[in-house]
Amino acid sequence: MNNQTLNIQKDLLRQPSTIALVGNPNTGKSTIFNALTGLRQKIANYPGITVERKMGTTIINGVLHKVIDLPGAYSLNHKKADERITYETLIGSFDHEEKPDMLLMVVDASNLERNLFLASQVMDLQIPMLMVLTMSDIADERGIQIQSQQLSDTWGVPVISINARTKQCDTQIKQALIEQGVATPKPFQWKPSTPLRQAVERLDKEWLSKHTQLPERARPIEALRLLAEGSLEDSFYQYSEEGKAKKLIEELQNFLEDQGENPTAAEVVQRYRFIGDSSESSVTKEVREQQTWTDRLDNVLTHRVAGPVTFILVLLIMFQSIFSWATPFMDMIDMLFIELGAFVGNQLPAGLLNSLLVDGVIAGLGGVVIFLPQIIFLFLFIYFLEGTGYMARAAFVMDGFMTKVGLHGRSVVPLMSGFACAIPGIMATRTIENWRDRLITIMVLPFMACSARLPVYAVMIAAFVPDNRVIGFLTLQGVVFFGLYLFGILMAVGSAAVMKRIFPTGKPTPFLMELPPYKWPNVSSVVIQSLERGKIFVTEAGKIIVAISIVLWFLASFPTYDPTGSDLAAVDANEQMSEQMLSTLQLNQSYAGTFGQWIEPAIEPLGFDWKIGIGLLTSFAAREVMVGTLNTIYSIEETEEQLGLIERLRSEKDPETGLPKYTLATALSLMIFFAIAMQCMSTLAIVKRETNSWKWPLVMFGYMTVLAYFSAWITYEWANAFLLG
Amino acid sequence: MLLSDARVQQKYEVKQIQGEELVRIMEMGLTPGSVCEVIRRAPMGYPIEIKIRGYLLSLRKKESDAVEVSPI
Repeated sequence: MNNQTLNIQKDLLRQPSTIALVGNPNTGKSTIFNALTGLRQKIANYPGITVERKMGTTIINGVLHKVIDLPGAYSLNHKKADERITYETLIGSFDHEEKPDMLLMVVDASNLERNLFLASQVMDLQIPMLMVLTMSDIADERGIQIQSQQLSDTWGVPVISINARTKQCDTQIKQALIEQGVATPKPFQWKPSTPLRQAVERLDKEWLSKHTQLPERARPIEALRLLAEGSLEDSFYQYSEEGKAKKLIEELQNFLEDQGENPTAAEVVQRYRFIGDSSESSVTKEVREQQTWTDRLDNVLTHRVAGPVTFILVLLIMFQSIFSWATPFMDMIDMLFIELGAFVGNQLPAGLLNSLLVDGVIAGLGGVVIFLPQIIFLFLFIYFLEGTGYMARAAFVMDGFMTKVGLHGRSVVPLMSGFACAIPGIMATRTIENWRDRLITIMVLPFMACSARLPVYAVMIAAFVPDNRVIGFLTLQGVVFFGLYLFGILMAVGSAAVMKRIFPTGKPTPFLMELPPYKWPNVSSVVIQSLERGKIFVTEAGKIIVAISIVLWFLASFPTYDPTGSDLAAVDANEQMSEQMLSTLQLNQSYAGTFGQWIEPAIEPLGFDWKIGIGLLTSFAAREVMVGTLNTIYSIEETEEQLGLIERLRSEKDPETGLPKYTLATALSLMIFFAIAMQCMSTLAIVKRETNSWKWPLVMFGYMTVLAYFSAWITYEWANAFLLG
Repeated sequence: MLLSDARVQQKYEVKQIQGEELVRIMEMGLTPGSVCEVIRRAPMGYPIEIKIRGYLLSLRKKESDAVEVSPI
């Protein structure tokens, strides 16, 4: 074995520097990042793509350093967008990320060989690094002992072993950086065969060095990739003289084959061979026949029958808890913003500014903050379950069912979250690696009947669906209610199946999902990550939501109703005008009111009149606003609220025929419309954030509105023909 | 034989990887000559779960069709 002297550098940490965390997924990399940076994090999408940049700061020996958590990667052969960012950042050619001064190479001790594969590639890039071994307790349980010193001798970098689950893992790393420092590894320690080395050198000298801007230390890795791929098709760069390159690559591939090497497999096989040979000296394995914790848990949790059953139980517990924990917080936030609005409203003189602040800005902010409890509670569960290793099992168990309908095993949890609210659900799709699967999940998620649809369903069902018993304790009202939920699920599944056919496949991502060993997650890391999700929602989607709220306020408040100047006032002058009446008149002749009347011909086939038309516009702020708007339109006193509205809707008469204006058909049509239509600006705002483009929220709004329109139309016609005879 | 036809709780030696994704599959540790054990299948038959190089990996039908193995 090659015992080498380490090229140790300790003075790098004297000046502020950039430290990058590199490693496979599931290695405890994020836990280390969270421990080092705490809440001093900044998470945002890289421009133009949907990969998140995670940056934070940490203080070592009184000096402030930047810490970047690079996307988890299995290889530097950058097949996927996130791996490509890791690679480009490491070679310093990524425009949107700083070039790291040193690396923390995170390596899972219980899964050493596959982790060292990436490490050996990263080492070829010759960046000063410290190797951080995690999960040694799991390795212990399996009878694996790693000699850090031997590992350090083999690879020429300092190695420390930490327990990422303890609170002090950041102190351990900082101490190691100060005491042991970092070292620049030598390239090609994995001893490539002579022919492979010759091929790499020729490709570098004859083409890469002449026709690309790649830094010298990155060229061998690029050469290896090109030799394995055999083409430039996958290339993320534009090279000059590509024809020359193709000829040269082909020639070198033939050369390798003549020498008895498989050009596509050579690099991978040789790296693994060296890793296997070298770990004989640094790893001692006791053969243990007894089952590990992971084996025992998996016997139940991934069992053919018990697996899906447990998963459904986990989901039930999860959503019941989110529901019961989030509701009091949401009520509190609601109260708080109402109080704040009332306070500001009383402090300022009545008028435009008052109305803008209270009904536009404060109401808009309230509409943002109200989502926080659900988002944070859902992510506490998700990060906790992800940290235990269970989420991968859930995906494994559900994948067979989900692929049948064009989705992914990892789509289940986000879709189910949609029953509470589409927003945390859409944020949770980030766990789906494959972009196409993720996009389809996002695009169908709003069909899941979220809690904001409840008030609309409740009013409509109570007003128009007879309370007849169907079977046993089931009433028609209950059946319609259940039917609407089922309808949402079927719409989601059906649309996913259609989208699977429409959306371009692109380059398929292989499904190679790791099932990490079960472990107890680091609780503070779970909390930090959940709070960060809340922060992202408020800062990124919040801006859009407040802006749209102000637009909606404007539409409902202008042109202002002037009680003294208009003809209407003359008619009403004798009557004592209540505040309720005033707001009714204001809304009816505002832009929103005009809009309602303007679209009436278009929505008439659905059984809607202009009053519902206004509601369709205002409920864009949030679906439940529909009920409030109808209350305002019908001048219903706050004290009688729901009952008042139900009575009012039932007794509304058609002025021409004298028959009831709204019927069961109208109610069904409206509920179907609400079940499908994209009546939620907050969802669109978060889709914009998560897909990093306005294209997808617009497509979503478009297709859902069209679908809602025609479904409501069919429902109305059908109900009129068959239900009302 | 193909990994997709492999039997649960049986150990196999990886012979060869084919198809478009062969580099990715090998990068996950399934190199020719390595030994894997089929642990279980998911409720609908796929994905299939294997133990390779000491860790657990799951593959769908398409990926397991690309791996040629022989029983040990």
